[in-house]
Amino acid sequence: MLYAVLCYHDENLVWSWSKEEDAVLMDKIGAVRGKLTAQGKLGASLRLMPTTAATTLRKNQDPPLVIDGPFAETKEQLLGFYILDVENLDAALDAAREIAKVNPGGAFEIRPIAVFNPDERTA
Amino acid sequence: MNDLSWINAALAAARPQAVGALLRYFRDLDRAEEAFQEAALRALKNWPQNGPPRDPAAWLIMVGRNAALDGVRKDARTVALPDDDAISDLDDVETPLAERLDGSHYRDDVLRLLFICCHPDLPATQQIALALRIVSGLTVKQIARAFLVSEAAMEQRITRAKQRVARADVPFEAPGPVERSQRLAAVMAMVYLVFNEGYSAGDGEARAALCDEAIRLSRLLLRLFQTEPEVMGLAALMILQHARARARFDADGEIILLEDQDRSRWNGELIGEGLALMDKAMRHNRPGAYQIQAAIAATHSRAVRAADTDWAGIDALYAALERMQPSPVITLNRAVATAKIAGPEAALAMIAPLESALSGYFHFYGARGAFLLQLGRTAEARTDFGRAIALANTPAEAAHIRRHLDRHLADAAAK
Repeated sequence: MLYAVLCYHDENLVWSWSKEEDAVLMDKIGAVRGKLTAQGKLGASLRLMPTTAATTLRKNQDPPLVIDGPFAETKEQLLGFYILDVENLDAALDAAREIAKVNPGGAFEIRPIAVFNPDERTA
Repeated sequence: MNDLSWINAALAAARPQAVGALLRYFRDLDRAEEAFQEAALRALKNWPQNGPPRDPAAWLIMVGRNAALDGVRKDARTVALPDDDAISDLDDVETPLAERLDGSHYRDDVLRLLFICCHPDLPATQQIALALRIVSGLTVKQIARAFLVSEAAMEQRITRAKQRVARADVPFEAPGPVERSQRLAAVMAMVYLVFNEGYSAGDGEARAALCDEAIRLSRLLLRLFQTEPEVMGLAALMILQHARARARFDADGEIILLEDQDRSRWNGELIGEGLALMDKAMRHNRPGAYQIQAAIAATHSRAVRAADTDWAGIDALYAALERMQPSPVITLNRAVATAKIAGPEAALAMIAPLESALSGYFHFYGARGAFLLQLGRTAEARTDFGRAIALANTPAEAAHIRRHLDRHLADAAAK
């Protein structure tokens, strides 16, 4: 089963980390990612820019309305996600816990993926 | 990440909101700041034991407010408030207060704080010092180091700024829309000055921190004014310039010109963010000075090699900036682009009328010397470079001109 692990955290806080702190954290996460990848459990992962770079297309009207900023004003923001390819929820939680161990704070939403369209562009 | 660095990051992130709210309660900068300091101290004790609160800013506001009121009540020998160590999260707190802390005041609190720091009665140097102390929470020592003044002098500058603000009788009600946009311009100018302080002489750690702080402030401002293209432009401008930080100085701390920089050392992630913000700003079709300057920086960022630079585009952007904000410094910058597309003769003609206005400006003689060199007018160039060295603000600037001169004289001798 494919799962998305959606990473939520206070971006004010995350973007207050110093470069050094951020680099140390990314190193630690990199190690866990390497391990999970080697076990065939981890697919793509990505980190999003701050919500200040976001634009929202409100499509409940025609034509859709373009709005500056993220979809929702929340205390914790969607900052990135991982794709997991594991047996079941328990295995997904185990993998998420491993990442959480080196990256505490905020929350991971583990969400099963219904349809996954891989990148089919030719180089 | 260990507890301490996590807590420090959380305190820094929560600071503008928390100090802003405490200022709303106490209507006094010193008291608000002291209350925040006290709350921060208690956080250092409390958070490692009880775990971080879900909403650090709300925790700090509550505890800071209680601590300050507690002090007042102890003086008056009345009943103390409940121990703040019992407060682990907002769930424990009376609901109406928690609601008041929540969201709705956030924007006004942070804005008020920024507006006070940029009060029109304060000279720019005091605005910057006050903002770095109050909003960013840098220590007096850190600020003093960045501005190359003694700690005592910086302490005095901040104290004076606070006294002026207190005397100026700043209104504490939420600013109206007109005042908001007027004072937004002052806040943007202050943030850009902080950035330039860090950028101009830069590779010292204290100064580089100013660039990071200015960018952080611009992201904060952008969250408050999500649809304001000039705020996007300001953030993009600083982010794009800062993306080149690693390539701007050599191992000896000497300036490397844009065209000589190793572009692989530019920070691609920051460039991506800057370009994304520019895309957003352009959609509004409301150009402004920050957006145009950001567009110039973006044009440089898009050139893979220096030779690929779209100088005609940059020249046109400077022309637009000149129309919007006529200034001899902008014309001087435009002349550099003009020299690339129309030759040094045209550039010299463009800057000829500027000499009296820019006679104290290092870059004027540096640029004119370079144009003269390109035309083979070596003796005049040498005189101009000599003047530039005498006017340089930093040893790095002077060394840069000297090196420029040496290199071109060596080239000329070799021919």
